[in-house]
Amino acid sequence: MAYAASHDAHDDHGHHPSGWRRWVYSTNHKDIGTMYMVVSMLSAVLGGGLSWLIRLELAEPGIQFITDFQFYNVMVSAHGLIMVFFVVMPALIGGFGNWFLPLMIGTPDMAFPRMNNVSFWLLVAALILLVLSGIVGSGVGTGWTVYPPLSNIEYHPGPSVDFAILSLHLAGASSVLGAMNFITTILNMRAPGMTLHRMPLFVWAMLITAFLLLLAIPVLAGALTMLLTDRNFGTAFFKTGQGGDPILWQHLFWFFGHPEVYIMILPGFGIVSQIVSTFSRKPIFGYLGMVYAMVSIGFVGFVVWAHHMFSVGLTSSTRAYFVVATMVIAVPTGIKIFSWIATMWGGSISFKTPMLWAIGFIFLFVVGGVTGVVLANAAIAVSVHDTYYVVAHFHYVLSLGAVFSIFAGFYYWIGKMSGRQYPEKLGQLHFWTSFVGVNLLFFPQHFLGVQGMPRRIPDYPDAFTGWNMVSSFGALVTALSTVLFFYVVYRTLTSGEKCAANPWGEGASTLEWTVPSPAPFHTHEVMPKIGSQPAE
Amino acid sequence: MADWRTRSHPWHLVDPSPWPIVGTLAALIMAIGGIWYMHGGPIWGFLAGVAVLIVTFVGWWRDVIREAQTGVHHTPPVQTGLRMGMILFIASEVMFFFAFFWAFFHSSMPILSRVAATVWPPEGIIPLHAWTVPFLNTLILLTSGATVTYAHHAIRLGDRSKFIKGTALTVLLGFIFLGFQAFEYIHAEFKLTGGIYGSTFYLATGFHGFHVFVGACFLAVCLFRGLAGHFKPEQHIGFEAAAWYWHFVDVVWLFLFVWIYWWGGAGYHFG
Repeated sequence: MAYAASHDAHDDHGHHPSGWRRWVYSTNHKDIGTMYMVVSMLSAVLGGGLSWLIRLELAEPGIQFITDFQFYNVMVSAHGLIMVFFVVMPALIGGFGNWFLPLMIGTPDMAFPRMNNVSFWLLVAALILLVLSGIVGSGVGTGWTVYPPLSNIEYHPGPSVDFAILSLHLAGASSVLGAMNFITTILNMRAPGMTLHRMPLFVWAMLITAFLLLLAIPVLAGALTMLLTDRNFGTAFFKTGQGGDPILWQHLFWFFGHPEVYIMILPGFGIVSQIVSTFSRKPIFGYLGMVYAMVSIGFVGFVVWAHHMFSVGLTSSTRAYFVVATMVIAVPTGIKIFSWIATMWGGSISFKTPMLWAIGFIFLFVVGGVTGVVLANAAIAVSVHDTYYVVAHFHYVLSLGAVFSIFAGFYYWIGKMSGRQYPEKLGQLHFWTSFVGVNLLFFPQHFLGVQGMPRRIPDYPDAFTGWNMVSSFGALVTALSTVLFFYVVYRTLTSGEKCAANPWGEGASTLEWTVPSPAPFHTHEVMPKIGSQPAE
Repeated sequence: MADWRTRSHPWHLVDPSPWPIVGTLAALIMAIGGIWYMHGGPIWGFLAGVAVLIVTFVGWWRDVIREAQTGVHHTPPVQTGLRMGMILFIASEVMFFFAFFWAFFHSSMPILSRVAATVWPPEGIIPLHAWTVPFLNTLILLTSGATVTYAHHAIRLGDRSKFIKGTALTVLLGFIFLGFQAFEYIHAEFKLTGGIYGSTFYLATGFHGFHVFVGACFLAVCLFRGLAGHFKPEQHIGFEAAAWYWHFVDVVWLFLFVWIYWWGGAGYHFG
């Protein structure tokens, strides 16, 4: 242990609200983090349920039960928006970020506790608006990318798209305020002795994520505002007949959208780094390389956006640039993968549930990364554009990457959050059933994509039957595995064993393991002093 | 204030507050009311949301000011955090304007897109002449940048009456700017609707004008706080934040003036 001072974590008198005010008026990073986790789980049931309906429809050729194709489009769009904005981001950033950032840097709370609360409630308001977008009118059938002209008033005349636009505005405001809070907390409030180069990698990941949010989300806000005025106030930003250009929307959207995918995966990188180090009982291999790999991923992530637009008629020199810039990202990503492997190499590895999810993450993220390099080639991207190959690619990096890191973080930290440890055997069963399920679900989609099956279409020719059946069977396995996860949560909270302050032993060297489990309402009221070793 | 170094930590653990959820409610009412209005309903739903939002602003920032006035919460490390927060907020605002400049350049420069107008302004548009009212507005905003700096120097020297003068003059110049902008909008020969020129012009300059209004309100609050004696030579974060915001609004205007008014109108007036 590198920390000179042990410290008491007793509650501060007069700062411990109770009843409903404790939650609704909360200015406590742990309570707000918990509320984010709850919203994320509820949204996951909703967003995951939609994907389950999609897979049911696609299980066989022909139309099974969705006769209204607009409704199919609405499900696809809502699934994407919910998973991105209301499941992955709230869990990784709002949930784990809020809970563990102050704990890991040795400070009592976030920089702006009241603003932290408004970030959370704005997310709830955004979720309400998104649900309303499906209830009022005919729904948003545009895909999560909301491309005009389909999203223009001519093709979506009802109020649904406006609800979605304002939902994303509020979710964006929530994220930008959260980002300001996280950056200020990390840069200003670290415990004495914790220099930037001694911060745990999860904290570094959150810092870079917050900068991406701060700079990318306002561009989306601008684009959404233009779409809103195009729809309702007669402007012409995306209308070709009046001098506008729908490609402008794609530029603005993906200038936000590409950093957004790193916003979803960088916190996962951080969690996996903590876990691999803890369960290998070794400091992370190449700490500084890991830090600056994330910094460069964040930086380069801002200058590759048009690789999402290879089929819209960009000049060939533009495409050449975006191909090369995109491939450059494989270098820092490779640094991370090899550093995780080198951390495990020669370590004393224990394959507890969090470690299984972390290793699963590394394995499946590499698969998604490799298909990413394939898709980075403009010529190939044109031919597999809008096919299931793309669907397979981004589900490998997101639902098998980001979501695996959420589960890894959950098993790693639930003891600290709830004071009760998860049941190990059930946790491992959850991992293995999920691992088999998601691979059955998504791997065949590569084959379907290369064969030419288009995405966002509820029916397909008989030739695609076999792999679709396998994929839908995988969805069944994954769904059952997710039910098991909720059972694990129930078991943990009702009858889990009491968790020690540090259940993982000497490998877990970050500050959250120095406070009791569950972490008291206020922690680090005496700020710990950090010694000379880097805190991995 | 002097004893913060002896505390176990210098940070401000804020008491539970109703304002975040009340403000969220305001946003929700504004959103639903706004959609109702856009689809043919009355506007009062949206306005009700705005009213709740104003109540939130007043209540929330009243609390912040009270916390500052206790002298124990805003320790020097907390002040550093507040400054960082403001800088980050301004950075996010820069990116918001970035989107509107992107739309402008995408529509006006053929090198950036295949459908951009080959002549700019597009045929039939009579743009405003940059070196008339827009240039006057440039001078007004630049002058206001000087007066706000004058006020800042005054407060650092503890000269309250000069601070009041400088800030009042800045607010006044801000509203004069807005008056000229309204005049310009009334007399412009192109509309928001029907074409890309009006879309980019009114959204970019309109959002800037709204930011001038917000900045002027922010400075007006500082004016009253100055009259109430809230600011000290060594502690005046609220004013500092307002001044930074004002300079940011000023810089955005310079870009608007050079590109949208001058370069964007040159094809008609100087071509």
